[in-house]
Amino acid sequence: MTGPGREKWNDIRGYLIGYGLALALTAAAFAAVRWPTFGAGATLGLVFGLALVQLTVHFRYFLHISLRRSARDDLLLILFSTLIIVLMVSGTIVIMSDLRGRMM
Amino acid sequence: MNAGEVKHPGLNLGSTDTDTHEQAEGDVFGFWVFLMSDAVIFALLFAVYGTMLAATAGGPTPADAYKLGPTFAETLTLLTSSLTFGMASIAVKYEASGSVLFGWLAITLALGLAFLGLELHDFATMIGEGAYPARSGFLSSFFALVPLHGLHVLAGCLWLVVMIVQLSTFGLDARVKINLLRLGLFWHFLDIVWIAIFSIVYLQGLIR
Repeated sequence: MTGPGREKWNDIRGYLIGYGLALALTAAAFAAVRWPTFGAGATLGLVFGLALVQLTVHFRYFLHISLRRSARDDLLLILFSTLIIVLMVSGTIVIMSDLRGRMM
Repeated sequence: MNAGEVKHPGLNLGSTDTDTHEQAEGDVFGFWVFLMSDAVIFALLFAVYGTMLAATAGGPTPADAYKLGPTFAETLTLLTSSLTFGMASIAVKYEASGSVLFGWLAITLALGLAFLGLELHDFATMIGEGAYPARSGFLSSFFALVPLHGLHVLAGCLWLVVMIVQLSTFGLDARVKINLLRLGLFWHFLDIVWIAIFSIVYLQGLIR
């Protein structure tokens, strides 16, 4: 194939790979809950693990963000937002569950 | 200047339209800043939901209120709409006229509306079974988080309609292309939020 046709096919292939991986990961997470084979804790860990993998799949194949190719500002903003989110979410959960523990 | 360089998130126009590609960098980055702040709003609603998970006040528990089948159908609909929007982005990049683009945008709109229909049906079933927002802290936090995502999808659908009108009025010019790039980021971002919703809200609630 020539230049532009090849680039177009590469772009289409990216979306198809992303869709295939996303479908497989989603199906695996739902199957783990529908037909439980491990304990509740292990299943929860599996579901959250699969969600994290699917998150990176979506960022990579649909939003086209990767460590190598991205414009630096976008990536820095993602990392900063992640930091803010981790601080606020973990802080909220720690404080509120501690409060619940004291009120029980 | 290297036109093949990646300048912003989402599909880059690159060498197919170098002028618009140059212009897109700042415009798309601005929208990316909004998306990240939107992500913080969702993250905090998830945190509130997490702290409210046990606050059922004797009412329906997550396992009572949620259903696996409809959630899976909603997930598949939204995932597929991400693929069809991807195909629309490809049409924005490589197509000169926009006739194929029309088709992909229309399919994406139909899938978005189908998702909303499934979700509304789901909420109606929940409310009919006594799981309404004011019942308990758990249900209040659920109805703050999940319908907010639905409202975003509704906004995305309205935006799709606007883009279809812009496309038929102005054709595929630079402004319309950049608007479509931004809508693409919004649409894929909503899919990412939905991953968190089906994992943290629905699947976590249904684990036995």
